[in-house]
Amino acid sequence: MAFISGFCIMTIEMLGARILSPYFGGSLSVWGSIITIFMVALAMGYLIGGRLSTQNPNAVTFAIFFIGAAVFSLPVILFADAIMEPIFLTIEDPRYGSLFASIFLFFIPTSILGMISPYSVRLMVETHEHSGHMAGLLYFISTIGSAAGTLGTSFYFVLWFEVNQILWSAVVALIATGCIILLIGYAQTVKLVKQTRHYENKQA
Amino acid sequence: MCFITLSSFPVKGETIHEERSKYRDITVTQVKDRRCLLFNVHRGDRNQTCVLIDDPDRLVFDYTRMSFAGLLLESEPERILIIGLGGGSIPLTFSDLLPNTRIDVVEIDEAVVKVAKEFFFFRETENMKVTIEDGRPFIKRAAIRNEIYDYIVLDAFSGDYIPEHMLTREFLEEVKRILSPNGVLVANTFSTSRLYDHESVTYQRVFNEFYNFRLPTSGNRIIITQLGSLPPRGELVAEARRIAESLEKYGIPILDYPRRLSTRIDWDMSRRILTDQYSPGNLLRDK
Repeated sequence: MAFISGFCIMTIEMLGARILSPYFGGSLSVWGSIITIFMVALAMGYLIGGRLSTQNPNAVTFAIFFIGAAVFSLPVILFADAIMEPIFLTIEDPRYGSLFASIFLFFIPTSILGMISPYSVRLMVETHEHSGHMAGLLYFISTIGSAAGTLGTSFYFVLWFEVNQILWSAVVALIATGCIILLIGYAQTVKLVKQTRHYENKQA
Repeated sequence: MCFITLSSFPVKGETIHEERSKYRDITVTQVKDRRCLLFNVHRGDRNQTCVLIDDPDRLVFDYTRMSFAGLLLESEPERILIIGLGGGSIPLTFSDLLPNTRIDVVEIDEAVVKVAKEFFFFRETENMKVTIEDGRPFIKRAAIRNEIYDYIVLDAFSGDYIPEHMLTREFLEEVKRILSPNGVLVANTFSTSRLYDHESVTYQRVFNEFYNFRLPTSGNRIIITQLGSLPPRGELVAEARRIAESLEKYGIPILDYPRRLSTRIDWDMSRRILTDQYSPGNLLRDK
């Protein structure tokens, strides 16, 4: 799961420059805008995800992060031109144009994806002693996912597919992951209920 | 820029200036009276433009001279747009040849403008202005302002990096919007690798037909096209005779050009066209 989220974050980021370039060009500042917004969005996501993890951490919320990120990525595919055109017309300077376009296109889905890491740490950690070990492992997996997403997108995906085809794949992957989490969560709940009933029956 | 030609041309000149910019390292070298502009020498690139400082009017490279073949289709442009400055020899020649024509030059890298001014005799005049911007947003805004150009030169491709957003169908459609009915588009493109096929099918899709202009002595391919159908060859020959004399001092062999302009399809028509959705130019270049 952490791998998928890391992978999707970087896939969307790498495609970001391609999505913005028809309006704001390919200058260094366009990359700067994208990276800045992704960093700020992830930072916000970490903060909110960590906060949410203290209140009754559960699989349903965790699944909603994946599905929510997928849903909020849809405007990038469906309305990119409608979002960028008015920004292009109002802001002459391509630096600030690309910055605002990045905010409107990428901020929300990226911050939701950022919530996944701290929340998954909380779900995996059972004892205080191995919390550091678990956090390290999860960061390892998600960062390897990011590396794979970066390499895959810039070396191969753009050579084989259209931008929107790659984005749709990321959306489908995120929704599928969300559904798998729901199923696992449901199975665990059923198991837990059964165990509780079994225990109650015994007592009775 | 000039990409492939220079391998036959070892540059051992003395470095007279080095400049680091946001995008690349710029080096200026000089051998006798030949002064050259190089990008990223350390990575082994040989993209450059040269001037002869004792005879600065004369164009040294085939691809720069070839960029004037568009004059065969539109010999008296009132407004010219040049995307990509380099050493500035194309805009300088235009402003010398057509002093009353308004010339807009768009260059993304201000360091290139600085070097062109300091070392390559480039200067802005009342009729020639440089804008530091990416070519694509410049053209998009020009279209919104309903500006029209009679001669557009696309020369934004250096050997080490291709701006992929300026190879696409959508971009060429934006260029079309600012091209006057009799105006001409001259694009310096890749002549080798799979990119040749992809670019060819994309231009074909947008403009239906174009002149494919290659010289045996140059590694560059110049695409020349316009909105309507292309004129018959006879007209080009007559036009070449008419303007040949005025181009002599720049060393442009315009009389030789009409027979080199080909409309024969020599590319793989099954290649995908390049669009904003699909434009891996930098990956295709190595194929």
